[in-house]
Amino acid sequence: MDFKNGKELLERCAQEGCSISQVMLRRECVLGETSADEVKRRMMRVLEIMRESAVSPLKTPQRSMGGLIGGEAKRLSAHSAKKRDICGPVLQRAITYAMAVLEVNASMGLIVAAPTAGSSGVVPGLLLALQEQYHISDERLLDGLFNAGALGYLAMRNATVAGAVGGCQAEVGVAAAMAASAAVELMGGQPQQCLDAASTVLMNMLGLVCDPVGGLVEYPCQSRNAAGVANALVATELALSGVPQLIPFDEMLAAMYAVGRRLPAELRETALGGCAAAPSACERCRGCS
Amino acid sequence: MSFISVFDVLGPNMVGPSSSHTAGAAVIAALAGKLIAPPIKKVDFTLYGSFAKTYRGHGTDRALLGGILGFGTDDLRIRDSFQIAKERGLEFTFTPDEEEQEVHPNTADIHMQNAAGQEMTVRGVSLGGGKVKITRINGVDVDFTGEYSALIVVHKDTPGVVAHITHVLSEHNVNIAFMRLFREAKGHTAYTIIESDGTLPHAIPEQLRKNLNIRDVMLVQP
Repeated sequence: MDFKNGKELLERCAQEGCSISQVMLRRECVLGETSADEVKRRMMRVLEIMRESAVSPLKTPQRSMGGLIGGEAKRLSAHSAKKRDICGPVLQRAITYAMAVLEVNASMGLIVAAPTAGSSGVVPGLLLALQEQYHISDERLLDGLFNAGALGYLAMRNATVAGAVGGCQAEVGVAAAMAASAAVELMGGQPQQCLDAASTVLMNMLGLVCDPVGGLVEYPCQSRNAAGVANALVATELALSGVPQLIPFDEMLAAMYAVGRRLPAELRETALGGCAAAPSACERCRGCS
Repeated sequence: MSFISVFDVLGPNMVGPSSSHTAGAAVIAALAGKLIAPPIKKVDFTLYGSFAKTYRGHGTDRALLGGILGFGTDDLRIRDSFQIAKERGLEFTFTPDEEEQEVHPNTADIHMQNAAGQEMTVRGVSLGGGKVKITRINGVDVDFTGEYSALIVVHKDTPGVVAHITHVLSEHNVNIAFMRLFREAKGHTAYTIIESDGTLPHAIPEQLRKNLNIRDVMLVQP
Protein backbone atom coordinates (compact mmCIF):
# COMPACT_ATOMS: atom_id res chain seq x y z
CA MET A 1 0.00 0.00 0.00
CA ASP A 2 2.76 2.39 0.89
CA PHE A 3 5.07 4.07 -1.59
CA LYS A 4 8.69 4.50 -0.57
CA ASN A 5 9.91 7.08 -3.08
CA GLY A 6 8.86 9.36 -5.90
CA LYS A 7 9.25 6.63 -8.50
CA GLU A 8 6.82 4.34 -6.69
CA LEU A 9 4.45 7.25 -6.16
CA LEU A 10 4.36 7.90 -9.92
CA GLU A 11 3.84 4.18 -10.59
CA ARG A 12 0.89 4.18 -8.20
CA CYS A 13 -0.60 7.23 -9.90
CA ALA A 14 -0.22 5.56 -13.31
CA GLN A 15 -1.61 2.19 -12.16
CA GLU A 16 -4.63 3.68 -10.45
CA GLY A 17 -5.08 6.48 -12.95
CA CYS A 18 -5.24 9.07 -10.22
CA SER A 19 -3.52 12.12 -8.83
CA ILE A 20 -0.84 12.32 -6.14
CA SER A 21 -3.38 13.77 -3.72
CA GLN A 22 -5.69 10.78 -4.22
CA VAL A 23 -2.89 8.30 -3.65
CA MET A 24 -1.91 10.13 -0.46
CA LEU A 25 -5.49 10.26 0.81
CA ARG A 26 -5.95 6.51 0.21
CA ARG A 27 -2.64 5.78 1.90
CA GLU A 28 -3.73 7.75 4.96
CA CYS A 29 -7.05 5.89 5.18
CA VAL A 30 -5.42 2.46 4.92
CA LEU A 31 -2.37 2.97 7.13
CA GLY A 32 -4.22 5.16 9.61
CA GLU A 33 -7.16 2.72 9.68
CA THR A 34 -9.63 5.54 9.24
CA SER A 35 -12.14 6.92 6.73
CA ALA A 36 -11.69 9.46 3.95
CA ASP A 37 -14.32 11.66 5.62
CA GLU A 38 -12.42 11.68 8.90
CA VAL A 39 -9.09 12.42 7.20
CA LYS A 40 -10.65 15.25 5.18
CA ARG A 41 -12.30 16.66 8.29
CA ARG A 42 -8.91 16.82 9.99
CA MET A 43 -7.32 18.37 6.91
CA MET A 44 -10.06 21.00 6.79
CA ARG A 45 -9.04 21.99 10.31
CA VAL A 46 -5.44 22.25 9.08
CA LEU A 47 -6.64 24.55 6.30
CA GLU A 48 -8.63 26.70 8.74
CA ILE A 49 -5.60 27.24 10.97
CA MET A 50 -3.44 27.99 7.94
CA ARG A 51 -5.90 30.58 6.67
CA GLU A 52 -6.33 32.29 10.03
CA SER A 53 -2.57 32.52 10.54
CA ALA A 54 -2.10 33.86 7.00
CA VAL A 55 -4.63 36.68 7.26
CA SER A 56 -4.79 37.82 10.89
CA PRO A 57 -1.45 39.75 10.90
CA LEU A 58 -2.63 41.84 7.94
CA LYS A 59 -5.04 43.54 10.31
CA THR A 60 -3.45 42.84 13.68
CA PRO A 61 0.34 42.74 13.55
CA GLN A 62 2.09 41.02 16.43
CA ARG A 63 5.56 41.64 17.80
CA SER A 64 7.60 38.43 17.96
CA MET A 65 8.84 36.88 21.21
CA GLY A 66 12.43 37.77 20.39
CA GLY A 67 11.49 41.20 19.04
CA LEU A 68 13.18 40.70 15.66
CA ILE A 69 10.03 40.69 13.53
CA GLY A 70 6.42 41.90 13.48
CA GLY A 71 4.28 43.92 11.09
CA GLU A 72 5.91 42.81 7.80
CA ALA A 73 2.75 41.27 6.34
CA LYS A 74 0.79 44.44 6.98
CA ARG A 75 3.47 46.49 5.23
CA LEU A 76 3.35 44.21 2.21
CA SER A 77 -0.41 44.37 2.12
CA ALA A 78 -0.43 48.19 2.35
CA HIS A 79 2.22 48.40 -0.38
CA SER A 80 0.02 46.28 -2.63
CA ALA A 81 -3.08 48.33 -1.82
CA LYS A 82 -1.27 51.40 -3.20
CA LYS A 83 -0.76 49.46 -6.45
CA ARG A 84 2.97 49.74 -6.07
CA ASP A 85 3.70 46.04 -5.98
CA ILE A 86 5.77 44.60 -8.79
CA CYS A 87 5.47 40.84 -8.17
CA GLY A 88 2.06 40.28 -9.75
CA PRO A 89 -1.01 39.21 -7.79
CA VAL A 90 -0.20 35.56 -7.03
CA LEU A 91 3.35 36.08 -5.84
CA GLN A 92 2.56 39.31 -4.02
CA ARG A 93 -0.26 37.68 -2.10
CA ALA A 94 1.69 34.50 -1.51
CA ILE A 95 4.70 36.22 0.05
CA THR A 96 2.40 38.38 2.17
CA TYR A 97 0.66 35.30 3.57
CA ALA A 98 3.90 33.40 4.03
CA MET A 99 5.41 36.27 6.03
CA ALA A 100 2.18 36.56 8.00
CA VAL A 101 2.26 32.93 9.10
CA LEU A 102 5.81 33.30 10.36
CA GLU A 103 4.79 36.43 12.25
CA VAL A 104 1.98 34.49 13.95
CA ASN A 105 4.38 31.65 14.69
CA ALA A 106 7.01 33.92 16.20
CA SER A 107 4.46 35.57 18.48
CA MET A 108 3.23 32.24 19.90
CA GLY A 109 0.12 32.14 17.74
CA LEU A 110 -1.52 29.03 16.32
CA ILE A 111 0.04 27.61 13.14
CA VAL A 112 0.42 24.30 11.34
CA ALA A 113 3.98 23.02 11.03
CA ALA A 114 4.36 22.42 7.27
CA PRO A 115 6.62 20.52 7.50
CA THR A 116 8.19 22.53 10.34
CA ALA A 117 7.22 25.65 12.26
CA GLY A 118 10.14 27.55 10.74
CA SER A 119 8.90 26.77 7.24
CA SER A 120 5.19 26.95 8.02
CA GLY A 121 4.44 29.92 5.74
CA VAL A 122 5.33 28.50 2.33
CA VAL A 123 2.58 25.94 1.69
CA PRO A 124 -0.32 28.07 2.97
CA GLY A 125 1.15 31.18 1.35
CA LEU A 126 1.17 29.77 -2.15
CA LEU A 127 -2.01 27.69 -1.93
CA LEU A 128 -4.15 30.47 -0.45
CA ALA A 129 -2.87 32.96 -3.03
CA LEU A 130 -3.73 30.55 -5.84
CA GLN A 131 -7.15 29.99 -4.32
CA GLU A 132 -7.88 33.73 -4.41
CA GLN A 133 -6.61 34.32 -7.89
CA TYR A 134 -8.15 31.24 -9.51
CA HIS A 135 -11.26 30.84 -7.34
CA ILE A 136 -10.34 27.36 -6.15
CA SER A 137 -12.80 25.74 -3.72
CA ASP A 138 -11.73 24.67 -0.22
CA GLU A 139 -12.48 21.06 -1.15
CA ARG A 140 -10.08 21.33 -4.07
CA LEU A 141 -7.48 23.09 -1.94
CA LEU A 142 -7.46 20.04 0.33
CA ASP A 143 -6.20 18.07 -2.69
CA GLY A 144 -3.29 20.49 -2.79
CA LEU A 145 -2.58 19.79 0.88
CA PHE A 146 -2.64 16.02 0.40
CA ASN A 147 -0.33 16.41 -2.58
CA ALA A 148 2.04 18.58 -0.51
CA GLY A 149 1.81 16.00 2.27
CA ALA A 150 2.96 13.25 -0.08
CA LEU A 151 6.10 15.14 -1.02
CA GLY A 152 6.80 16.09 2.58
CA TYR A 153 6.37 12.50 3.65
CA LEU A 154 8.98 11.39 1.11
CA ALA A 155 11.38 14.04 2.41
CA MET A 156 10.84 12.94 6.01
CA ARG A 157 11.20 9.28 5.09
CA ASN A 158 14.18 9.46 2.76
CA ALA A 159 16.02 12.61 3.86
CA THR A 160 15.29 15.11 6.61
CA VAL A 161 13.16 18.18 7.26
CA ALA A 162 15.18 19.31 10.29
CA GLY A 163 17.29 22.45 9.93
CA ALA A 164 19.62 21.05 12.58
CA VAL A 165 20.35 18.09 10.30
CA GLY A 166 20.10 19.46 6.77
CA GLY A 167 20.02 23.26 6.95
CA CYS A 168 17.28 25.57 5.64
CA GLN A 169 17.20 23.71 2.31
CA ALA A 170 15.65 20.83 4.29
CA GLU A 171 13.04 23.07 5.92
CA VAL A 172 12.06 25.92 3.60
CA GLY A 173 13.47 23.97 0.64
CA VAL A 174 11.23 20.99 1.30
CA ALA A 175 8.26 23.24 2.14
CA ALA A 176 8.70 24.99 -1.22
CA ALA A 177 9.02 21.64 -3.02
CA MET A 178 5.76 20.57 -1.37
CA ALA A 179 4.07 23.83 -2.35
CA ALA A 180 5.28 23.60 -5.96
CA SER A 181 4.05 20.04 -6.37
CA ALA A 182 0.67 20.98 -4.90
CA ALA A 183 0.41 24.05 -7.13
CA VAL A 184 1.11 21.98 -10.24
CA GLU A 185 -1.70 19.58 -9.37
CA LEU A 186 -4.12 22.41 -8.57
CA MET A 187 -3.32 24.08 -11.90
CA GLY A 188 -3.99 20.91 -13.84
CA GLY A 189 -0.51 19.41 -14.18
CA GLN A 190 0.28 15.70 -14.21
CA PRO A 191 1.96 13.75 -11.37
CA GLN A 192 5.28 13.69 -13.24
CA GLN A 193 5.16 17.48 -13.52
CA CYS A 194 4.48 17.72 -9.78
CA LEU A 195 7.65 15.80 -8.98
CA ASP A 196 9.60 17.76 -11.59
CA ALA A 197 8.56 21.02 -9.96
CA ALA A 198 9.52 19.70 -6.51
CA SER A 199 12.88 18.57 -7.86
CA THR A 200 13.49 21.98 -9.43
CA VAL A 201 12.82 23.70 -6.12
CA LEU A 202 15.28 21.51 -4.26
CA MET A 203 17.82 22.11 -7.03
CA ASN A 204 17.39 25.87 -6.86
CA MET A 205 17.55 26.03 -3.07
CA LEU A 206 20.35 23.51 -2.70
CA GLY A 207 22.84 24.41 -0.01
CA LEU A 208 20.74 26.99 1.81
CA VAL A 209 21.98 27.15 5.39
CA CYS A 210 20.04 27.41 8.66
CA ASP A 211 21.39 30.42 10.55
CA PRO A 212 18.68 31.86 12.81
CA VAL A 213 19.66 35.10 14.49
CA GLY A 214 19.74 34.53 18.23
CA GLY A 215 18.73 30.92 17.65
CA LEU A 216 15.11 32.03 17.26
CA VAL A 217 12.61 31.14 14.54
CA GLU A 218 12.32 34.74 13.34
CA TYR A 219 15.09 36.14 11.21
CA PRO A 220 16.00 35.30 8.45
CA CYS A 221 13.33 32.54 8.65
CA GLN A 222 10.42 34.82 7.83
CA SER A 223 12.05 36.30 4.73
CA ARG A 224 13.24 32.85 3.65
CA ASN A 225 9.62 31.67 3.68
CA ALA A 226 8.81 34.40 1.17
CA ALA A 227 11.81 33.32 -0.90
CA GLY A 228 10.58 29.74 -0.71
CA VAL A 229 7.23 30.78 -2.15
CA ALA A 230 8.96 32.56 -5.02
CA ASN A 231 11.07 29.48 -5.75
CA ALA A 232 7.98 27.30 -5.66
CA LEU A 233 6.17 29.56 -8.09
CA VAL A 234 9.11 29.62 -10.50
CA ALA A 235 9.34 25.82 -10.46
CA THR A 236 5.59 25.49 -10.93
CA GLU A 237 5.70 27.70 -14.01
CA LEU A 238 8.62 25.75 -15.46
CA ALA A 239 6.88 22.41 -14.89
CA LEU A 240 3.53 23.55 -16.28
CA SER A 241 5.30 24.93 -19.35
CA GLY A 242 6.72 21.48 -19.99
CA VAL A 243 10.34 22.44 -19.30
CA PRO A 244 11.99 19.09 -18.60
CA GLN A 245 13.76 18.45 -15.31
CA LEU A 246 16.88 16.40 -15.85
CA ILE A 247 17.22 15.14 -12.29
CA PRO A 248 14.35 13.03 -10.87
CA PHE A 249 12.94 14.04 -7.49
CA ASP A 250 14.38 11.02 -5.66
CA GLU A 251 17.89 11.81 -6.84
CA MET A 252 17.49 15.49 -6.04
CA LEU A 253 16.24 14.66 -2.55
CA ALA A 254 19.26 12.42 -2.01
CA ALA A 255 21.53 15.23 -3.23
CA MET A 256 19.88 17.69 -0.85
CA TYR A 257 20.34 15.28 2.04
CA ALA A 258 23.98 14.64 1.16
CA VAL A 259 24.69 18.37 0.95
CA GLY A 260 22.87 18.94 4.24
CA ARG A 261 24.93 16.42 6.11
CA ARG A 262 28.11 18.03 4.81
CA LEU A 263 27.15 21.47 6.06
CA PRO A 264 29.31 22.46 9.02
CA ALA A 265 27.53 22.47 12.38
CA GLU A 266 27.79 26.29 12.48
CA LEU A 267 25.32 26.43 9.60
CA ARG A 268 22.78 23.98 10.98
CA GLU A 269 20.54 25.85 13.40
CA THR A 270 23.24 26.45 16.01
CA ALA A 271 23.21 30.23 15.44
CA LEU A 272 27.01 30.26 15.17
CA GLY A 273 27.39 31.16 11.49
CA GLY A 274 25.79 32.85 8.50
CA CYS A 275 23.30 35.62 9.32
CA ALA A 276 23.47 34.73 13.00
CA ALA A 277 27.17 35.61 13.11
CA ALA A 278 26.86 38.94 11.26
CA PRO A 279 27.93 41.82 13.53
CA SER A 280 24.66 43.73 13.13
CA ALA A 281 22.64 40.63 14.01
CA CYS A 282 24.73 40.03 17.11
CA GLU A 283 24.42 43.67 18.07
CA ARG A 284 20.64 43.56 17.71
CA CYS A 285 20.49 40.32 19.63
CA ARG A 286 21.97 41.70 22.79
CA GLY A 287 18.51 43.02 23.47
CA CYS A 288 16.87 39.67 22.67
CA SER A 289 15.69 37.38 25.40
CA MET B 1 1.99 5.63 15.12
CA SER B 2 4.03 3.24 13.04
CA PHE B 3 3.90 5.23 9.80
CA ILE B 4 4.51 8.82 8.77
CA SER B 5 1.02 10.30 8.57
CA VAL B 6 0.08 13.22 6.35
CA PHE B 7 -0.61 14.99 9.66
CA ASP B 8 3.00 14.42 10.72
CA VAL B 9 3.95 16.39 7.60
CA LEU B 10 1.20 19.03 7.83
CA GLY B 11 1.26 19.18 11.57
CA PRO B 12 1.33 19.34 14.46
CA ASN B 13 -1.24 22.08 14.81
CA MET B 14 0.66 24.13 17.32
CA VAL B 15 1.32 27.31 19.18
CA GLY B 16 4.59 28.68 17.80
CA PRO B 17 7.39 29.31 17.40
CA SER B 18 9.19 25.96 17.32
CA SER B 19 8.01 22.38 16.89
CA SER B 20 10.95 21.12 18.94
CA HIS B 21 11.26 23.91 21.51
CA THR B 22 7.57 24.75 21.99
CA ALA B 23 5.27 21.94 20.79
CA GLY B 24 7.69 19.17 21.81
CA ALA B 25 8.18 20.78 25.22
CA ALA B 26 4.42 20.82 25.81
CA VAL B 27 4.15 17.15 24.81
CA ILE B 28 6.99 16.10 27.14
CA ALA B 29 5.44 17.86 30.13
CA ALA B 30 1.95 16.56 29.36
CA LEU B 31 3.32 13.01 29.32
CA ALA B 32 5.24 13.57 32.55
CA GLY B 33 2.13 14.99 34.21
CA LYS B 34 0.20 11.82 33.42
CA LEU B 35 2.72 9.74 35.37
CA ILE B 36 1.84 11.15 38.81
CA ALA B 37 -1.52 11.20 40.58
CA PRO B 38 -3.19 14.62 40.34
CA PRO B 39 -3.27 17.32 41.49
CA ILE B 40 0.33 18.43 40.99
CA LYS B 41 1.23 21.17 43.46
CA LYS B 42 4.81 21.97 42.54
CA VAL B 43 6.95 21.46 39.48
CA ASP B 44 10.64 22.26 38.92
CA PHE B 45 12.03 22.19 35.41
CA THR B 46 15.73 21.81 34.64
CA LEU B 47 16.61 22.67 31.05
CA TYR B 48 19.62 21.40 29.13
CA GLY B 49 21.40 22.13 25.87
CA SER B 50 19.53 24.31 23.40
CA PHE B 51 16.52 24.37 25.75
CA ALA B 52 18.74 26.03 28.36
CA LYS B 53 20.09 28.61 25.91
CA THR B 54 16.96 29.70 24.07
CA TYR B 55 13.99 28.72 26.23
CA ARG B 56 12.65 32.22 26.77
CA GLY B 57 12.63 33.22 23.10
CA HIS B 58 10.98 29.94 22.15
CA GLY B 59 8.40 29.99 24.92
CA THR B 60 9.75 26.61 26.05
CA ASP B 61 9.04 27.56 29.67
CA ARG B 62 5.40 28.45 28.97
CA ALA B 63 4.95 25.32 26.88
CA LEU B 64 6.41 23.02 29.56
CA LEU B 65 4.18 24.53 32.21
CA GLY B 66 1.23 24.37 29.81
CA GLY B 67 1.88 20.67 29.31
CA ILE B 68 1.76 20.08 33.06
CA LEU B 69 -1.55 21.97 33.08
CA GLY B 70 -2.79 19.49 30.47
CA PHE B 71 -2.75 21.81 27.45
CA GLY B 72 -2.23 20.30 23.99
CA THR B 73 0.25 21.72 21.47
CA ASP B 74 -2.53 23.73 19.79
CA ASP B 75 -3.97 25.21 22.99
CA LEU B 76 -3.49 28.99 22.98
CA ARG B 77 -3.64 28.98 26.78
CA ILE B 78 0.04 27.94 26.58
CA ARG B 79 0.79 31.64 26.13
CA ASP B 80 -0.74 32.43 29.53
CA SER B 81 0.37 29.30 31.35
CA PHE B 82 2.32 31.21 34.03
CA GLN B 83 -0.79 33.13 35.03
CA ILE B 84 -3.04 30.07 34.84
CA ALA B 85 -0.63 28.03 36.98
CA LYS B 86 -0.67 30.75 39.63
CA GLU B 87 -4.46 30.83 39.61
CA ARG B 88 -4.54 27.06 40.06
CA GLY B 89 -2.04 27.14 42.93
CA LEU B 90 0.68 25.34 41.00
CA GLU B 91 4.17 26.43 42.04
CA PHE B 92 6.89 26.30 39.40
CA THR B 93 10.57 27.06 38.82
CA PHE B 94 12.89 26.91 35.79
CA THR B 95 16.61 26.26 36.04
CA PRO B 96 18.79 26.32 32.91
CA ASP B 97 21.81 24.02 33.15
CA GLU B 98 24.28 24.94 30.41
CA GLU B 99 27.14 22.92 31.94
CA GLU B 100 25.75 19.42 31.39
CA GLN B 101 26.88 18.20 27.96
CA GLU B 102 25.99 14.51 28.11
CA VAL B 103 22.37 14.95 27.05
CA HIS B 104 20.40 15.38 23.83
CA PRO B 105 20.35 19.14 22.98
CA ASN B 106 16.64 19.49 23.72
CA THR B 107 16.22 17.87 27.11
CA ALA B 108 14.22 18.76 30.22
CA ASP B 109 14.09 17.19 33.66
CA ILE B 110 10.69 17.63 35.29
CA HIS B 111 10.48 17.22 39.04
CA MET B 112 6.86 17.05 40.22
CA GLN B 113 5.25 16.93 43.64
CA ASN B 114 1.54 16.20 44.09
CA ALA B 115 -0.94 17.05 46.82
CA ALA B 116 -0.37 13.66 48.46
CA GLY B 117 3.31 14.49 48.83
CA GLN B 118 4.50 12.02 46.19
CA GLU B 119 7.50 13.13 44.16
CA MET B 120 8.68 12.07 40.74
CA THR B 121 11.34 13.17 38.28
CA VAL B 122 10.87 12.56 34.57
CA ARG B 123 13.37 13.31 31.81
CA GLY B 124 12.00 14.07 28.37
CA VAL B 125 13.73 14.72 25.07
CA SER B 126 12.25 16.70 22.16
CA LEU B 127 13.27 15.02 18.92
CA GLY B 128 11.90 17.61 16.45
CA GLY B 129 8.57 18.03 14.68
CA GLY B 130 6.74 17.68 17.98
CA LYS B 131 8.03 14.12 18.44
CA VAL B 132 9.35 13.30 21.90
CA LYS B 133 10.48 10.50 24.13
CA ILE B 134 10.67 9.96 27.86
CA THR B 135 14.15 8.70 28.69
CA ARG B 136 14.25 8.58 32.48
CA ILE B 137 11.86 8.13 35.39
CA ASN B 138 13.17 8.65 38.93
CA GLY B 139 16.74 8.05 37.85
CA VAL B 140 16.02 4.85 35.89
CA ASP B 141 16.68 4.98 32.14
CA VAL B 142 13.53 4.15 30.19
CA ASP B 143 12.31 4.72 26.63
CA PHE B 144 8.80 5.41 25.43
CA THR B 145 7.10 7.98 23.23
CA GLY B 146 3.50 8.31 24.33
CA GLU B 147 2.31 7.67 20.76
CA TYR B 148 0.98 4.30 21.82
CA SER B 149 -1.07 3.51 24.90
CA ALA B 150 1.54 2.79 27.53
CA LEU B 151 1.46 0.90 30.79
CA ILE B 152 4.35 1.68 33.11
CA VAL B 153 4.76 -0.79 35.94
CA VAL B 154 7.15 -0.03 38.78
CA HIS B 155 8.12 -3.21 40.58
CA LYS B 156 10.77 -5.12 42.47
CA ASP B 157 13.23 -6.84 40.18
CA THR B 158 12.22 -10.36 41.12
CA PRO B 159 10.97 -13.52 39.32
CA GLY B 160 7.27 -13.82 38.50
CA VAL B 161 6.35 -10.17 38.13
CA VAL B 162 6.51 -10.04 34.35
CA ALA B 163 4.51 -13.28 34.16
CA HIS B 164 1.85 -11.66 36.35
CA ILE B 165 1.76 -8.60 34.09
CA THR B 166 1.42 -10.57 30.86
CA HIS B 167 -1.20 -12.81 32.46
CA VAL B 168 -3.37 -9.82 33.40
CA LEU B 169 -2.92 -8.31 29.93
CA SER B 170 -3.89 -11.56 28.24
CA GLU B 171 -7.03 -11.75 30.40
CA HIS B 172 -8.01 -8.38 28.98
CA ASN B 173 -7.11 -9.54 25.48
CA VAL B 174 -4.49 -6.78 25.10
CA ASN B 175 -2.19 -7.08 22.12
CA ILE B 176 1.31 -5.96 23.11
CA ALA B 177 3.12 -3.84 20.51
CA PHE B 178 6.32 -3.38 22.55
CA MET B 179 7.40 -4.59 25.96
CA ARG B 180 10.62 -3.59 27.67
CA LEU B 181 12.10 -3.95 31.14
CA PHE B 182 14.45 -1.38 32.65
CA ARG B 183 16.07 -1.65 36.06
CA GLU B 184 18.29 0.30 38.45
CA ALA B 185 20.29 -2.76 39.51
CA LYS B 186 19.67 -6.46 40.03
CA GLY B 187 17.07 -7.01 42.75
CA HIS B 188 16.19 -3.30 43.02
CA THR B 189 13.44 -1.26 41.39
CA ALA B 190 12.54 -2.19 37.82
CA TYR B 191 10.26 -0.56 35.27
CA THR B 192 8.33 -2.65 32.80
CA ILE B 193 6.86 -0.59 29.98
CA ILE B 194 4.24 -2.07 27.72
CA GLU B 195 2.97 -0.24 24.65
CA SER B 196 -0.18 -1.32 22.89
CA ASP B 197 -2.01 -0.27 19.72
CA GLY B 198 -5.47 0.02 21.21
CA THR B 199 -6.82 1.67 24.33
CA LEU B 200 -5.84 -0.12 27.53
CA PRO B 201 -8.71 -0.99 29.93
CA HIS B 202 -8.72 1.06 33.14
CA ALA B 203 -9.19 -2.07 35.27
CA ILE B 204 -5.66 -3.23 34.50
CA PRO B 205 -3.71 -1.10 37.02
CA GLU B 206 -5.85 -2.27 39.94
CA GLN B 207 -5.45 -5.92 39.01
CA LEU B 208 -1.72 -5.55 38.59
CA ARG B 209 -1.34 -3.99 42.03
CA LYS B 210 -2.58 -7.24 43.62
CA ASN B 211 0.93 -8.57 43.20
CA LEU B 212 2.83 -7.32 46.25
CA ASN B 213 6.05 -6.88 44.28
CA ILE B 214 4.34 -4.23 42.15
CA ARG B 215 4.77 -0.77 43.67
CA ASP B 216 3.06 1.47 41.19
CA VAL B 217 1.24 1.33 37.89
CA MET B 218 0.76 4.22 35.48
CA LEU B 219 -1.46 4.23 32.45
CA VAL B 220 -0.78 6.77 29.69
CA GLN B 221 -3.27 6.90 26.82
CA PRO B 222 -2.58 9.06 23.76
